[in-house]
Amino acid sequence: MSTFDFLVLYWPRLLSGTGITIAQFLLAAVLGVAVSLCMGLLKLSHNPVLRGAAVTYIEVFRGTSLVVQLYWIFFVLPLFGLSIEKFTAGYVAVGLNIGAYGAELVRGGILSVPKGQWEAALAINMSPAKRMRRIILPQALVNMLPPWGNLMIELLKGTALVSLISVADLMFEARQINASTYLSAQTFGVALIIYYILSRFMVTPFMRWLERHMARKLGKA
Amino acid sequence: MFDWKWDFTWEVLPRLIHATGNTLIAALAGYAIAVVLGLGLALAQRTPYRPVTLIVREFVEFIRSTPLILQIFFVFYVGPQFGIRLSPWASGMIAIGLHYSCYLSEVYRGGIESVAKGQWEAATALNMTTTQKYRRVIIPQAIPPALAGMGNYLVGIFKDTPMLSVIGVAELIHAANAIGSENYRYLEPYTLVGIIFLAVSLPAAGLIRLFESYVRRKLGL
Repeated sequence: MSTFDFLVLYWPRLLSGTGITIAQFLLAAVLGVAVSLCMGLLKLSHNPVLRGAAVTYIEVFRGTSLVVQLYWIFFVLPLFGLSIEKFTAGYVAVGLNIGAYGAELVRGGILSVPKGQWEAALAINMSPAKRMRRIILPQALVNMLPPWGNLMIELLKGTALVSLISVADLMFEARQINASTYLSAQTFGVALIIYYILSRFMVTPFMRWLERHMARKLGKA
Repeated sequence: MFDWKWDFTWEVLPRLIHATGNTLIAALAGYAIAVVLGLGLALAQRTPYRPVTLIVREFVEFIRSTPLILQIFFVFYVGPQFGIRLSPWASGMIAIGLHYSCYLSEVYRGGIESVAKGQWEAATALNMTTTQKYRRVIIPQAIPPALAGMGNYLVGIFKDTPMLSVIGVAELIHAANAIGSENYRYLEPYTLVGIIFLAVSLPAAGLIRLFESYVRRKLGL
């Protein structure tokens, strides 16, 4: 079978797989950003209990493998009465994992805001929450966006692992098609190209645009 | 914790420790390939031949933006289609070594670019050949600043070895899956795997930091 015939026959399944991959990516990204912010701020907290919780979270999720976390969430949590559907388990595991890496970026970004900004906000009598929201975080965001671009690529690649718990993403469809046709070069080759297009022509340009857009908003470009 | 069975834990622990050995071998073998191949890829991007530079650059981008698990499948299944049969270990090492060589090539590239321009000029002034320049002047100075990044990827490769289980490499997750399906108990094996990963990667990260500061001190940086 030529590659063209192969595509004609299997494009609907590859397309639906790509759709699931994109959905997993977006949901995991939202969760990952939320977790990063939360844990990054907690790690800077003066309360030792909160700080300890954040440090533990970050070390556990960065010290173990995403595959282990995924299996633990999907196979072990139900034993504690917390049954999660596989689609949810997939993006939750990927999001929690990326959140631990992102938390360090958030922390670094916040620490990179010059001290004068903190003092100025204090001088005009802003509450700590308002100071964080209106003065510190926007500047921290601009500083940390470049490494976030790489992290988003890692996130997209991480979503391929949800196929291990049978979420029908692109990776899963490719394995299924390969198992029934043995056309491995075509199947996995097309899947590789789709992932490449997603990361190089969608995720990366979007992150670059976001970097420029945020920098302009702060009057830095 | 409720329902945690200690006798079962002691029963399966030797098997998991044995599998930990395989995981470590896989990580170290993959890393050895990546360290050598990565340097080759970094140097290939610095040749004066534009086509070579561009092709290698795009190849590195391609490998870095597609999922490792898909690359593992690709190497394992595409060979037989063209009459080359590779064992799971061989294809796993090729895939993981290649994947990380692309990451390491970026680390080397940063290291090489951090060498001051005067060093190149001095080497030229001494009438060194290009090979001599790299081997005796540039690379020795490029490695110390690259050590932190290289160490991070050693831990990274260790955490990515569970993906090798999908093609049947008998590493930790493979063993935990087998134990789980034989005994219908997933709590202990998966939790133990998580603890083993933490027990290796946290001290490893600490040791790498110590080693890095030792090298820096030795070289008077």
